[in-house]
Amino acid sequence: MVENPTEASADSPVVKWSRNDYTRVPLWLYHDQKIYEAEQERVFRGPVWSYVALEVEIPNPGDFITTYVGDTPVIVNRDKDGAVRAMVNRCAHRGATVRRELRGNALEHVCIYHRWCYNLDGSLRGLPFRKGLKGKGGMSPEFEIGQHGMRPLRVAVHAGVVFVSFREDCEPLEEYLGPKVASHLKRIFHRPVRILGYQRQRIRGNWKLYLENPRDMYHASLLHEFMSTFGINRFTHEGGLKMDDRHRHMIAWSRQGTDDETEFVELFKTNRVHESKMKLHDASILKCYREFEDGVTLSICSVFPNLVVHQIDNSLATRQVRTVDKDEFELYWTLFGYADDSEEMTHHRLLQANMVGAAGLVSMEDAEAIEIVHRASAGDPDGCTIVEMGGGGPIRETDFHINDVACRGFWSYYAELMGIEPEGAVR
Amino acid sequence: MSSTSIEKAADELMATYADCIDDGRFEDWLELFTEDASYKVVARDNHDRGLPATMVLCTNKNMIRDRIAALRGATKYNFHYDRHVVGQLRVRPRSDSDGEWELRASYAVFQTSHEGRSFLFSVGRYDDRLRMEGDRLLFCEKTVVVDTFAIPGMLATPL
Repeated sequence: MVENPTEASADSPVVKWSRNDYTRVPLWLYHDQKIYEAEQERVFRGPVWSYVALEVEIPNPGDFITTYVGDTPVIVNRDKDGAVRAMVNRCAHRGATVRRELRGNALEHVCIYHRWCYNLDGSLRGLPFRKGLKGKGGMSPEFEIGQHGMRPLRVAVHAGVVFVSFREDCEPLEEYLGPKVASHLKRIFHRPVRILGYQRQRIRGNWKLYLENPRDMYHASLLHEFMSTFGINRFTHEGGLKMDDRHRHMIAWSRQGTDDETEFVELFKTNRVHESKMKLHDASILKCYREFEDGVTLSICSVFPNLVVHQIDNSLATRQVRTVDKDEFELYWTLFGYADDSEEMTHHRLLQANMVGAAGLVSMEDAEAIEIVHRASAGDPDGCTIVEMGGGGPIRETDFHINDVACRGFWSYYAELMGIEPEGAVR
Repeated sequence: MSSTSIEKAADELMATYADCIDDGRFEDWLELFTEDASYKVVARDNHDRGLPATMVLCTNKNMIRDRIAALRGATKYNFHYDRHVVGQLRVRPRSDSDGEWELRASYAVFQTSHEGRSFLFSVGRYDDRLRMEGDRLLFCEKTVVVDTFAIPGMLATPL
């Protein structure tokens, strides 16, 4: 594999940070084509682990799915020996998409253009007319089949969640996740899961805005009025923010029912937020079965650079960020329950899926928020965002909701990978 | 009811359905459903694979009421106009249930921003069931199977 240095170098983009703790972030970083191209190389194909699938999606040898890491097309499949393997979904010959289906089962991957045929580890098995026809034509005798596979990726599986990396020098997955995120994934995926379905959503904004969105904990009660009105997640709940040591991943958590309804209503009144008069005619959507011993009823875990795992009451899903271009990304939602869920529980999870996804009662606003930021910020090359809720300086975990500290964690690791850290940068 | 008069009534119902949404009269739209009606929006991909997840799942009219209440009073979404174009309706009596009809039709929904820019937001089909209540034909089941299941932005107003 090609080793791409990510340290600041002559070809690193020049970014002038006005502060070294990422409390100010230049708006043009969302809108620059060169930055986007550098991100594909240094972030998505850099020394990170990207989420690609759940193991349960490819249970049998030959099962495959096609996906993306950043904007690079990828095949994830289970090899004949049972191992999960992944490779760039691009023919070594002419660069065509080899596997065009979204999913399936196959013993080999064959490009339709000239029938180049690949094994499930991405290596080239053969190609028609390699020796030509009747002694004429064919590939050069020096052409080595072993040198021309689809580009293989490193694969690691943690708690049934499949990650890939383009780089050999990336730290082992569990070290990359850190103990808190690693154990959080084990908590969510503590028993076999069952896929309930998928949602796809195209958001016209830069992908980094979606990485910041869950890291900015304090937007939840303000933007998602349904969420605060019905006590799914509020400032006033017990809750807070956990991060790995490098502050690249985060877990926002909350325990519903730990606040005082009248105190909450009063707080929103005095802070001039909103006074909701909405009442539900059918409150079954609000029922929250306590599934975890820690009593946490909401957890949003974001793993750098492309994964969110959510538990919102009994709705469970992964969200994969797939970049389209600098102005658009796709969110790929995988909704799941547990394999041993009762019929009632499955129905309840499906009912609570009303809250999430493109039509989600507590999530549709995120698309609008991101699109309005992207639209208005495009015209301000000198402007910057303010990331100062919870204070500046060192990046630290919190035991309260009103903060966006993890956004600074995102920027600090992002800047390190991109080779654009300010002098004396906090990490 | 004869099949000709049912077809006429179904035409009228579907035209009213589209008008109510396109005019932003969601409370009137609500009254086109029976009290036990379901309203579902499903991605064609999930639907064809038999995966149960939906984008919108209302299993009774109260849940449809709550969707509209949320739209009016809680959720924030893009300012836009909707415009439904509904293709030919096919109405058939249901073999397994007396007094109910099946309706199938293709739809296209264009969105226009409040600054006047239009684009194709969604295409798909309706797989519905209809029933007479008194002298009114109503939806007792509405399933929107969405071809455009990579939703542009968000799905807020009904399809």
